[in-house]
Amino acid sequence: MLAWTIYITFIGVLVLMLLPRDNARAARIVALLTAIAGCVVAFIGAIQQTHPGEVATITQIDWIPSIGASYFLAADGISLVLVVLTGLAAVSGILFSWNIEKRTKEFFAFYLALIGGVYGVFLSFDVLLLFVFYELTIIPKYFLIARWGSTRKEYGAMKLALYSFVGSHLVLIGLVATWVVAKGQLGHASLNLIELSKVSLPLAFQHWMFPLVFIGFAILAGMWPFHTWAPTGHVAAPTAGSMLLAGVVMKLGAYGCLRVAMVLFPEGAKEWQWAIAALAVAGIVYGAGVALVQKDFKFVIGYSSVSHMGFVLLGLATLNTIGLDGAVLQMFSHGIIAGLLFAVVGRMVYDRTHTRDFNDLETMQLGKKLPFAAITFVIAGVASMGLPGFSGFIAELQVLMGAWAVFPKLTILSGVGIIVGVAYTLRAVQKGFYSDAPAKASDPHEHPLEPITIPEKVGAVMLIGASLVIGLFPGLLMNWIEPCVKSPLFERLLKGGSL
Amino acid sequence: MNYLQLLQLAAPETIVTVTMLAVLGCDLTLLRERSVATRFRFGGLISIFGCVLAAIGLWSRMQVNHDASVPYHLDLFNGFLVAGPVTDFVKIAMLVLTIFTILISTSGKFTDHVGEYLSLILLGTVGLMFLVSAEDLLMIFISLEFASLSLYILTAFNKHNERSAEAALKYFLFGGTAAAFLLFGFSLLYGITGSTNLAEIARGLLGKGLDPLLVVAIVTTVIGFGFKVAAVPFHLWAPDTYEGAPTPSAAFIGAGSKVASFYILAKIFAIGFIGSTGSAVWHGYVSGWMPVVAIVAALSMVLGNLTAIVQSSVKRMLAYSAIAHAGYMLLGVLAGTPPSLSAMMFYVITYAATVIGAFGVVTVVEEATGGDALANFNGLSRRAPGLSLCLLVFLLSLGGIPPLAGFIGKFFLFSAVVGVGENLGLLWLVILAIAMSAVSFYYYLRVLKAAYVQDAAEGAPVIKVPALTLVALVLLAMLVILLGCAPGLLMRFL
Repeated sequence: MLAWTIYITFIGVLVLMLLPRDNARAARIVALLTAIAGCVVAFIGAIQQTHPGEVATITQIDWIPSIGASYFLAADGISLVLVVLTGLAAVSGILFSWNIEKRTKEFFAFYLALIGGVYGVFLSFDVLLLFVFYELTIIPKYFLIARWGSTRKEYGAMKLALYSFVGSHLVLIGLVATWVVAKGQLGHASLNLIELSKVSLPLAFQHWMFPLVFIGFAILAGMWPFHTWAPTGHVAAPTAGSMLLAGVVMKLGAYGCLRVAMVLFPEGAKEWQWAIAALAVAGIVYGAGVALVQKDFKFVIGYSSVSHMGFVLLGLATLNTIGLDGAVLQMFSHGIIAGLLFAVVGRMVYDRTHTRDFNDLETMQLGKKLPFAAITFVIAGVASMGLPGFSGFIAELQVLMGAWAVFPKLTILSGVGIIVGVAYTLRAVQKGFYSDAPAKASDPHEHPLEPITIPEKVGAVMLIGASLVIGLFPGLLMNWIEPCVKSPLFERLLKGGSL
Repeated sequence: MNYLQLLQLAAPETIVTVTMLAVLGCDLTLLRERSVATRFRFGGLISIFGCVLAAIGLWSRMQVNHDASVPYHLDLFNGFLVAGPVTDFVKIAMLVLTIFTILISTSGKFTDHVGEYLSLILLGTVGLMFLVSAEDLLMIFISLEFASLSLYILTAFNKHNERSAEAALKYFLFGGTAAAFLLFGFSLLYGITGSTNLAEIARGLLGKGLDPLLVVAIVTTVIGFGFKVAAVPFHLWAPDTYEGAPTPSAAFIGAGSKVASFYILAKIFAIGFIGSTGSAVWHGYVSGWMPVVAIVAALSMVLGNLTAIVQSSVKRMLAYSAIAHAGYMLLGVLAGTPPSLSAMMFYVITYAATVIGAFGVVTVVEEATGGDALANFNGLSRRAPGLSLCLLVFLLSLGGIPPLAGFIGKFFLFSAVVGVGENLGLLWLVILAIAMSAVSFYYYLRVLKAAYVQDAAEGAPVIKVPALTLVALVLLAMLVILLGCAPGLLMRFL
């Protein structure tokens, strides 16, 4: 069932390619229907899976027997969470790019190709297959940004593509080496993730292979100091592009860290635990600090993404149940909230005012002119700060609880990040919407701002709703995540490598 | 050993030669006074028919002996003409590549000597086919030169363009020097062992250690083949030749001749020099041919990729990328195990198919816009959507993006190389290769950026792609995707 999320999305790409070139309306509708279908399938498939702690096989077919690769799609609780997130992000992204008029059909074709690749990554339990889907996402996101983006779009797109590509090549080195070593131990070639996770790779090998593969994935998760693609990429991207980048693409990186790097090299993870935690906290504090002084509205959100993804990495670094639970929940929560923030800034504000500079926005009194945007941003900001009742709170709380048990000093330091987080969010709310700066002398030729459209409202309500529901009933997702983290797949990781 | 046997064994080559004569004859008589396009179409049709016939012959030989428990091994004149399932399959691959090269040539306007052009391509193919099935130094040398002579002339074929002549002269002078080196090395080998047969050379070298003469022989052989496959530091002819030659000729040099050269290079080292391999593993250096090839491979990967970044002509960029790819392929040669050799052949064949496709797209763009600079590709996605989609597939495959053939080829190759020896000793070379392949992505993406992101100049017309070329390109693109998704289809023959 879940495999259809991938197939439907790619069928959508094909249908879009066959549409006549100038029919923007048809392209939008096809894209939306495809995304909704994918989302519905994701939900139904996720609910049908009764034992989220187990890896439920969806399809397993021999693919390249000579190297032990198979077309192995499966899902456990963590996959389910992220597949559902992808479904929601896909639908909302399309709602917020309803106004794309330039080469609409191609835009949505690239958009859906990206989504299809993301679904594929989250459902692959064969390392090579996962890698294939992972790299499949690079090309569409490059074109989405370079073609439909704004500020320094070609630079941002190329930077993102090169960072992703370098990261994935670090992973490829690890993949090739691990394949060879595991073949020696297993006696046969295998790329099956579950099988590989049972192999005890030599200690020395793990110790230097883990950082390679982990960093390879973490580049895409926005780990400091490899995060620099993120702010420029987010800012350059069209609204839907930044929503997807923050919403799901950064999750690809974090997911790869957890699913591949940490599961394959548990000893290595133990060895480098401190380094990761330190870099994660550096990212949290640095991201928040830099967000505090930005002049460009979108850069604030871009850096806040780096900061929030730091919590995911911190959670992973704890190597304990509660920390990992928190990390996975934070992936979901950040995906929703950052998507919403980018939607407000990119679609509701920038597409109407054509500026993201706080100095200009201060004079526009958007709080009065676009009350819906203002309220949405306040709610999203509050959720992003980690107010109880929203998904961010319960996620970050768990990460901090997990981290406290392992590295209390770093945890306190990350608290600074949270406080600064409150500050930059409030600053953005104030400067962006509720500034008391005198209004600019009104220009009689100026067009009034276009009111917020229905698709935007629907998308915003959907995302706020998702964050609220998970904030109030975290059990909905925790029931998927918790048994999964306690499953045999992560057993060695949690026990510090030994079995 | 009688003539019937010879004819039987060399039937595919004979068919291609007869086809060559037929093309030449037809062009001279029946097609005289017709337009270049017509002559290209009919001549191409005959050539393709001949190639298909030869391929069918080879295929049926493989099928007849398919069920035998031991792979068949036919040998004539002690290594002059050898046939086995792998050589036969490589020949089929070469014929298919030739067919595609002919298909992308048919829209060419660079010459009106159609019969000569086509027959030279066929002659080159015959030379390469003999090269593939040679296991004797003399025969290797003769067929290599036979093929090279056709390639030199093919390079010079654009008589309206001075650069074409310059490129050919450069190619010829470098190639001649390379041949001299090769012959010198071969003569030493003969002097040491008293034989020109590869297997007998290996026996003769057994237990002799690294004789100083042998060292010279190894080095000159590497130099000779280094020129032929355009590996650094013997690559200097490649960019000029690729740029100056008519584009379909460049495709033939970059594709068909690469496949045969690498096949025979691997054979010489893996069979002939088996006793003096040496080792290039990290901290485990043992002198022999492996370290020499390792140095050449590493230099090719680094220099090829880094220089390709700054090119503005797409053909030159493809030339430098060819140098880089030669570096990757040499990894397969130096690892020297059966899996690494078959991975290398997989890589070379898929690379050749991809590169013909890339040159095919360049041919069309060149004809339509008058140049092959990056700017000529601007807005290609609007001007010729199908063509630019093919370009996307080819360049991404060259860059190693899954699920295309280039990626899976790299995975096969690198995993086979890493698996050689103890303690992942060759991992350093693979890390270098993967790092450089990450670099390569940048310059391939630049072309795609021009095609998909940049807008064409105002009022630029839609590019009309010749039907035959489009068919060839679409088939090649589908092949690249198919072999990427189901590499077993090709891998089981190698």
